[in-house]
Amino acid sequence: MKSYLIKRLLSVVPVLFIVSTIVFLILYLTPGDPAIVILGEEASQEQVDNLREQLGLNRPMVEQYFSWIGNALRGDLGESFYMNETVMGAILSHLGPTISLGILAELIALVLAIPMGIIAARHKGTATDQSVMAFSLLGMSIPNFLLSLFLILIFSVTLRWLPVAGYQPLSAGLWEHLKFLILPAFALGTAHAALIARMTRSAMLEVLNANYIKTARAKGVKERWVIYKHALRNAFLPILTVMGQSFLSLMGGTAIVETIFSIPGIGQLIVNAVMRRDYAVVQGAVLYVTFAFVFINLAVDMLYGIVNPQVRLDSKK
Amino acid sequence: MTDMTQDIDLQQVKKALKKEQNRILMQQVLANRSLVIGFVIIALLVLVAVFGPLFLTYDPNQMDVVNRLKGPSAAHWMGTDNLGRDVLSRIVYGAQISIGVGFAVAVISSFLGLIVGIYSSYYKWLDHVLMRVADGIMAFPGLLLALALMAALGGRVSNVVIAVSIVATPYIARVVRSEALALKEQTFVEATRALGASNTRIIWLHIAPNTLSSLIVQATFIFAEAIIIEAALSFLGAGVPPPAPSWGNILSDGKTYIFKAWWMTFFPGMTIVLAIIGLNLFGDGLRDLLDPHSSRGKK
Repeated sequence: MKSYLIKRLLSVVPVLFIVSTIVFLILYLTPGDPAIVILGEEASQEQVDNLREQLGLNRPMVEQYFSWIGNALRGDLGESFYMNETVMGAILSHLGPTISLGILAELIALVLAIPMGIIAARHKGTATDQSVMAFSLLGMSIPNFLLSLFLILIFSVTLRWLPVAGYQPLSAGLWEHLKFLILPAFALGTAHAALIARMTRSAMLEVLNANYIKTARAKGVKERWVIYKHALRNAFLPILTVMGQSFLSLMGGTAIVETIFSIPGIGQLIVNAVMRRDYAVVQGAVLYVTFAFVFINLAVDMLYGIVNPQVRLDSKK
Repeated sequence: MTDMTQDIDLQQVKKALKKEQNRILMQQVLANRSLVIGFVIIALLVLVAVFGPLFLTYDPNQMDVVNRLKGPSAAHWMGTDNLGRDVLSRIVYGAQISIGVGFAVAVISSFLGLIVGIYSSYYKWLDHVLMRVADGIMAFPGLLLALALMAALGGRVSNVVIAVSIVATPYIARVVRSEALALKEQTFVEATRALGASNTRIIWLHIAPNTLSSLIVQATFIFAEAIIIEAALSFLGAGVPPPAPSWGNILSDGKTYIFKAWWMTFFPGMTIVLAIIGLNLFGDGLRDLLDPHSSRGKK
């Protein structure tokens, strides 16, 4: 197990290096002088020179890279050009809403998907199964920004049950906090649920045909016990894999969903920074989010070792 | 004489065999419901994008302030937007941009992904470099990387294609690489090598053609994903610049007027859903047909 963990941890190093290099190079993809792009054509030469100095554009590229990455490793991602604060400060102040939204979306996805997948597998080929598969196809085909708009049309514009947009922190009360997050979390969680339901169904189908399940049934074990204790536990590895993978796309979707619902999270921070060409924030926030994802994936991979002893054994070979 | 009869017989047998193979393939295609429904949806949307403008009465950018925010009617089947522009015309012209971007991304990323995937499978040192870069790109949430790239490149249709292609290429490269790695060990490749064929010849004449079926399936899903990312970028104002009518732009206008004009959101939204469902069904069907051993999720 230890060697598996070390191997997995080391495999992250080149990925982090490549990710940071790509993020650093984004500034250099800008056609022309980034300083002029930020300030506009009307800016005076003096202003442009000052900004070039501030951004470090006058130094050789390699030197800039190492100074940027060195600062980033110490938690210094630079200063926002438009907001009067550091990039790290901006990220930390926008982190809470995104975490709340991500957790709620993941919960909604799991509560919907796992029972749906199990029911579909148990009633394979019936109308119930086909309904689950149709939901799955529809869920994966509706982009989250579109689902957001449709949910607003139904629940905010027509039924007037939930607010169109906005955010209240948890300190304002649980319901006040949740009522602003329900629609965006549904918008984010549905596609995720569709994918997990599909994977749960196929993983359960594979397991339900196994001999040990037949043996358990022949021994007279209760069906519920067979499903939850024997089948689901063994089907959980592929489900966990798809959960880890799609959590990434779920969090990627926060950029657009937070913008639609005016939630002051990391996604909205990045979108606003893109619009203002606030490069330091774009670079810092994208780097931060991607690093977070790499470590989430790492955590999911490590969970494999706990859920499936085979992984530990394989790593010993 | 006997030889000649045998020749003719052999040719006839070959012809009959080919005919029978085609018949079976056609039967498989028609029996594959996902493939047929997906194909019909995509074909219809492409036809609308190409020939639709010939039948439209309104210019997609023609403003008519008197008739702004009018609901669906005989004159404007899908209503008008905040500037009085016909929503149907904008969706039809938007199909050209949105489907065009999706198609361009699918083609470019397939081409680049094929090259990266094939050469990675063949040269170990290159594999280490290219696959680490691919891992790095795939570590980003796709939309965020595309957004960051658009921040640098600036909002233009061609830049949307470049940004989304960069995001999509590693996914194609991974599929091609894994397929090519298996092919490399096959007897026919070893035999060709033993006959003295050069690496380039083996790669492009023997390995590449055999990876195409998996590549095409993956490219169909990339096509769908590219339409979604383009719509998302344009919706956020970082994609195709207005007033060009991409589906994302139309939706972006719709969001502002969601309380007054549901049709500005509903119709372009449903068009995107239809396109994605069509492409996903087509991709699923194609996978069952071309690459049956990989369609595990569908039991």
